[in-house]
Amino acid sequence: MSSSSTALSLLIRNVRVLDPSSGFDAVVNVGIRDGRIDHRGEALPDTAYDQTLDGDGCWLMPSAIDLAARFREPGATHKADFQSETGAAQAGGIGRVVLPPDTSPVVDSPAVVDRINGKAARIHGLDIAVLGALTQGLKGEALASMSALQRAGCVGFGNALAPLRDALVARRALEYAHGLNATVHVFAQDADLANGGCAHEGPVGTRLGLPPIPVAAEVAALRLWISLVEDTGARVHFCRLSTASGAQLLESAQARGLPVSADVAAHQLAMIDADVEGFDAMAHLVPPLRTARDRDSLREAVARGVISAVCSDHQPHEPDAKINPFPLTEPGIAALETLLPLLIELVHAGLLSPLQLAARTSLGPALVLGRAEPAISPGSPANLVLIDPERRWTIDTRDPLSWHSRGRNTPFAGRTFRGRPVLTLHGGRIVWQAPAAAAGAA
Amino acid sequence: MKTPSLQLDEHGRLRHLLTMEGLPRDLILRLLDRAEGLAQATSGAEKKVALLNGRTVVNLFFEASTRTRTTFELAAKRLSADVINLQIAASSTSKGETLLDTLKTMEAMQADMFVVRHEASGAAHFFAEHAAPGVAILNAGDGRHAHPTQGLLDLYTIRAHAPKARSAGFGALSVAIVGDVLHSRVARSDIHGLRTLGCVDIRVVAPPPLIPAGIESMGVRVFHDLERGLDGVDVVILLRLQKERMLGAFLPSLAEFHADFGLTRERFRQLKPDAIVMHPGPINRGVEIEGELAYGERSLILQQVTHGIAVRMAVMAEILGSPAAEVLS
Repeated sequence: MSSSSTALSLLIRNVRVLDPSSGFDAVVNVGIRDGRIDHRGEALPDTAYDQTLDGDGCWLMPSAIDLAARFREPGATHKADFQSETGAAQAGGIGRVVLPPDTSPVVDSPAVVDRINGKAARIHGLDIAVLGALTQGLKGEALASMSALQRAGCVGFGNALAPLRDALVARRALEYAHGLNATVHVFAQDADLANGGCAHEGPVGTRLGLPPIPVAAEVAALRLWISLVEDTGARVHFCRLSTASGAQLLESAQARGLPVSADVAAHQLAMIDADVEGFDAMAHLVPPLRTARDRDSLREAVARGVISAVCSDHQPHEPDAKINPFPLTEPGIAALETLLPLLIELVHAGLLSPLQLAARTSLGPALVLGRAEPAISPGSPANLVLIDPERRWTIDTRDPLSWHSRGRNTPFAGRTFRGRPVLTLHGGRIVWQAPAAAAGAA
Repeated sequence: MKTPSLQLDEHGRLRHLLTMEGLPRDLILRLLDRAEGLAQATSGAEKKVALLNGRTVVNLFFEASTRTRTTFELAAKRLSADVINLQIAASSTSKGETLLDTLKTMEAMQADMFVVRHEASGAAHFFAEHAAPGVAILNAGDGRHAHPTQGLLDLYTIRAHAPKARSAGFGALSVAIVGDVLHSRVARSDIHGLRTLGCVDIRVVAPPPLIPAGIESMGVRVFHDLERGLDGVDVVILLRLQKERMLGAFLPSLAEFHADFGLTRERFRQLKPDAIVMHPGPINRGVEIEGELAYGERSLILQQVTHGIAVRMAVMAEILGSPAAEVLS
């Protein structure tokens, strides 16, 4: 389906437009021509379009910007590659992905950035950006050549899941990045307190005897980084929050006017520590799944915009990576295709408005990246996703029409979702369309 | 919950033994009774019974162990099974052969049961999930998670030797589990077993760094003071303290642990006169227990070893034995 790109002009009638940049939320007609939106209004346009879709009951919003998706290139193409994961992103209604720097080799030199951007340039229908390493080899000691990496096109810096040697390196890294006006993406987990653990510290992990990662691992790291933001003025984006206390700390830092933002992985809003019961390796995640209370606080922080972005934290694996006793399995899930469906379920549950969903997956991430705000108004680029909030979809990772990522490591296999993307547009071209009832085409 | 369905078949029969959690009370009592019968049947000069003639049991130990492996080996041999011992260093599985490959290779040699010990919590579940139908997994210890045959033999020992357990049942017992609860699969298995048999006063006693978070949810009370923890108990279960715990900053020194949490003669005198003392072994003399007490009259440390063989025979016979053979035990 992803090959059926078309530059035909398109009219989507009677669709609920969710445009977070202007707060627009109403049922209108939207015209798309030459890669851009050329009409938005209750009235039908005067001009003719090559194709017309009936958007009745559907939402049209900017395609998602995913702040963390691993495509495994270079270095781990047995898990996934650009080609395989592009299809998954498009099927997930994602228009732009940000790749973390923990590839092999690490993204710590312009040569590696060029190599990745070269591959990205050959991919059509998905924008691919990359974070540069904060330290050489992600070793947490010497700073990476951030200025050169920025010139090569890195959209920010981070040390992925790897720790920094100490607070002094962290402070110097923030100072240096601040001089470049770059955002530093920080995975806030104190490696010493995490101590090689693999599950939330609490009753479930204790009963299963899984080495624990305490809440303090996140809280202590956040406190340190927030102090350093106060000290340096650098802009920090916290990645993959997992605790209620973490969300509270973030909110109080924001209230003091500090330039800090944060994201959360969609599955952290859906799953809890009890999901590791039975040693289910699909629930082995970093950071770990925490309590229902943590999940509820994270949901609330997303709804209120304290956490301004929800990402997939996509980590596709080969099957062998999960075939081991729980602590020895590789953490992470293949998540591009469940990012929006998980959030649509929160809308059905009354925990998020459709407009909030659109904001946390497009406007919020765009602001973190310092990019132009995605919009749905005449003149803006047609990077859009059409969502049918009632379309039922059961994940069958063996069925190429149902699942696109090469990574089949999802805890949601076999689950039926209510609501999913049905049409993804990139630069005005249809890059993906859901099978069967083809988006209610007229 | 997924665990009980993995170790029990649709008729509630034991298919694998992975954890004490979720093991029905009737099944536990039946295993203890069976162990008692087997202990009697093998107490003479002739120590073998022909229950598992022709069956093959493979001891698959990924963690160094002599004592536990030996008792499993003896248990299988006294049931007339053929036994293979495999001590596999963790390094050999990193040479490209995965745990799954190891399991499948051994399965191809037509083993009937694997007795598995591995440092990772959940390892026995992993093997049980991937074992071919008809191949049984017996957990001999997985990480900090479970050591169910130790749990059973501790219950067996308490039932056989604690007077109140005999007279008034497990519901009347007070049990203190002392020491490194954090890293202990024995503690977790004992707690599940004791709870299932109705014990309501279970205490875990240790300095805070050795108490895992949320352990109260398993139905125990936490004590950081040994005198209070031992007050009025009928059973004291001491846990082995790994000497490298000092390196992880769990404790300042072995001497300080012994001074505050070791069973000294003074503390022993303050126990109830009929209280019993247990330890899964091997003991660290002068750490968990003062050396002289280890083989004293109320210490059951050696009886535990003996009972361990009977209990392991019972579990093997329960899983692998044909129902007709049960009359023998």
